[in-house]
Amino acid sequence: MMKFLTSTVAVSALALMLGMTSVRAEDAVDPNAKQGGAITITYKDDVATLDPAIGYDWQNWSMIKSLFDGLMDYEPGTTNLRPDLAESYEIAPDGKTFTFKLRQGVKFHNGREMTADDVKYSLDRVTNPKTQSPGAGFFGSIKGHDDVAAGKAESLAGVTVVDPYTIKFELTRPDATFLHVMAINFSHVVPKEEVEKYGADFGKHPVGTGAFKFAEWTLGQRVVFERNPDYWHKGLPYLYRISFEIGQEPIVALLRLQKGEIDIPGDGIPPAKFQEVMADPEQKARVVVGGQLHTGYITMNTTMAPFDNVKVRQAVNMAINKDRIVQLINNRAVPANQPLPPSMPGYDKEFKGYPYDVAKAKALLAEAGHPDGFETQLFAMNTDPNPRIAQAIQQDLAAVGIKAGIQSLAQANVIAAGGDKAGAPMIWSGGMAWIADFPDPSNFYGPILGCAGAVAGGWNWSWYCNKDLDAKAAEADSIVDPAKSGERAKMWSEIYRKIMEDAPWVPVFNEQRFTMKSARMGGADNLYVDPVHIPINYDYVYVTDVQ
Amino acid sequence: MIAYLGRRVIQSLLILLGVSLITFALLYLLPADPVRQIAGRSATPETVENIRRQLGLDQPFFIQYWHYLTSLLSGDLGRSYIQRSEVTELIVSRLPASLLLMVGAILCELVIGLTMGLLAAVRRGTATDQTLMVASFVGVSAPQFVVGLLLLYVFAVRLGWFPIGGYGTWRHLVLPSLTMGILGAGWYARMMRSSMIDVLRQDYMRTARAKGLARGAIIFRHALPNAILPVIAMIGIDIGIFMGGIVVVESVFGWPGIGQLAWQAIQRVDIPIIMGVTLVSAFAIVLGNLLADTVAPFIDPRIKLR
Repeated sequence: MMKFLTSTVAVSALALMLGMTSVRAEDAVDPNAKQGGAITITYKDDVATLDPAIGYDWQNWSMIKSLFDGLMDYEPGTTNLRPDLAESYEIAPDGKTFTFKLRQGVKFHNGREMTADDVKYSLDRVTNPKTQSPGAGFFGSIKGHDDVAAGKAESLAGVTVVDPYTIKFELTRPDATFLHVMAINFSHVVPKEEVEKYGADFGKHPVGTGAFKFAEWTLGQRVVFERNPDYWHKGLPYLYRISFEIGQEPIVALLRLQKGEIDIPGDGIPPAKFQEVMADPEQKARVVVGGQLHTGYITMNTTMAPFDNVKVRQAVNMAINKDRIVQLINNRAVPANQPLPPSMPGYDKEFKGYPYDVAKAKALLAEAGHPDGFETQLFAMNTDPNPRIAQAIQQDLAAVGIKAGIQSLAQANVIAAGGDKAGAPMIWSGGMAWIADFPDPSNFYGPILGCAGAVAGGWNWSWYCNKDLDAKAAEADSIVDPAKSGERAKMWSEIYRKIMEDAPWVPVFNEQRFTMKSARMGGADNLYVDPVHIPINYDYVYVTDVQ
Repeated sequence: MIAYLGRRVIQSLLILLGVSLITFALLYLLPADPVRQIAGRSATPETVENIRRQLGLDQPFFIQYWHYLTSLLSGDLGRSYIQRSEVTELIVSRLPASLLLMVGAILCELVIGLTMGLLAAVRRGTATDQTLMVASFVGVSAPQFVVGLLLLYVFAVRLGWFPIGGYGTWRHLVLPSLTMGILGAGWYARMMRSSMIDVLRQDYMRTARAKGLARGAIIFRHALPNAILPVIAMIGIDIGIFMGGIVVVESVFGWPGIGQLAWQAIQRVDIPIIMGVTLVSAFAIVLGNLLADTVAPFIDPRIKLR
């Protein structure tokens, strides 16, 4: 028998799982918000594409979320899942079948109604290797994924259109993260006729069901969105127009913000200006601080001597002065003691990690047969503040006798060295560190700490592979029943505790996000540091100076 | 003349071929894998290999290079890995902005540089001369990133005369042109000074003075036209310096030209764009040199084409 959950019940159950309260999507209109107005946001880098199957950048992630919708989304400013294009869903007791009922009357920006066929088409498209989607791997649990990935099938066998407003997913294994996967940009719904019309250029002519519709794109200069008057979520969005100005250095963007020319510098406060901004009460008042699903860490290649000895790895964990590194970046982070960031379900508040203890680190090194230390290489990305952080790590290591040479390289080169088994003994992850794709503890495991990532070209740079933990992780992810979500989170905490015993990483800090906004911007602070609509939730912010 | 031009065109084509081969080889040898960047962090090894095959990046170096060259001959610069757009379209959309900046910069460097050089030559050996030459030295040596930010801070933020970066009106053009122009102005001031001093030493100058001509008439009517020509002929060579400068200046001012495009592509290892911008820049430099050399004999008959 299938277990039927209405959206409210399901959301409440999931909210319990995440330990927070929930609001129905329709209730979330801000009574203080006024409709109208236009804002300007700047970004340094070009917007590569607005195709939800492809876009995976800092700047286009939230833009895509405003143009398109998925079956699921999160309550604004939080990590609480809720149905979006879906009205409700059912999960079969075995956790392998998910059935979604779609909202009726949702229209694409071209006026056509969105149906279950569009959902199926969008998933077939994102998993098709011809699309070259960086997100194709997220759909690995859907039946038939491997055939599509290998080019043997054009369509996912596990996705069935039951009727125009009902779609069913069959999975090869119970997958507790599946609802998150249905909220990620890569699963957002696109209209087939528009994709076929523009072909590979769909990303420059995006058509979705989202709160905003695409209005103008001047390559390298400006992207403009306008309010979608037919948006299914009545009352949203508040803004009539958003102009994204591209190619603006963060330091120039800050100067323009100070002159009132722009509303949000999308790349945040440049490090060189951080102290100046925070020391000026007028500017500081317009800064919003928030957590981020991010951890900065040092990897130690567990297949290379002497890091194949757990005592050496534990010694390094005790040698690093994390407080000093946090000070070095003007306290824009909090020290970390485990892989998961504090706002992630499964984060273990009781766990204290390794203390900073030089004497004990030296003793452990001596026990491991390296009383006088050893020589090694530390790879780091060459943009500020990473070389400075690498130097701090180098000094800390020198204090226990480890002489680390710094290899300061471009991002792509560090990534390449990490993906080569004999490439890098140690890597400081700054500038490339893991920001979660979705707020679930499993997202920090598979590719960066699991056996699946410990392959050539993979992201598990410590090459740590513990088969027992892989099995435990699979077991945890098979707990789909929301009532057992506490048990699942506990299992994940246990997994990360075990990982810390083996110490393949030194978790160093969890970065905080600092967003600045103009005085006229309204809306709750958490919209400006939204953990999922990164960096800003455009659908819910508004301006206060409209009549 | 025609034989000379034909020889130079062939030389230029060979240079372009060399540039394309060297750039392609350097990017090929780079220990970064563009396919991993496209495929993302969640990709399985099969997906990665699939994409590699689709892009032809699993082929040996010379086959890849041959494919690139053959499509280049049909005007196809390839498709960007990250932006997923035609490189030709991306470059063409940004070229007008860079050309505009170049015109602005040439105007700035000529007006500032020639005026400084002229003044220094006329007041040779005085404090004015020394001050101007020190200033030109500073102009040549100052990093453009610093000059750009300094100009932005003083004229846009403090005085509010010009917009803080961006593109669109003549007012947007002034500060980036000035930043680019200051470097060139330093060179032109020094060249103009020595060229002018050279001319002022000539016999016909002494004759003009002996005839009792006014000092202004001597300088502006007789000396300046002779001194300025060889200096002007250098503009073609400037293009090479500009191509280096636009990467920095366009990034500082948010100027949507090919320099900014190149900088972003380098950061993301977007090989087709890096190749495209390099080739277009190399073409501009080769063309500029060719023009400078071809025009020089017409301006200064002492130079002969060989």
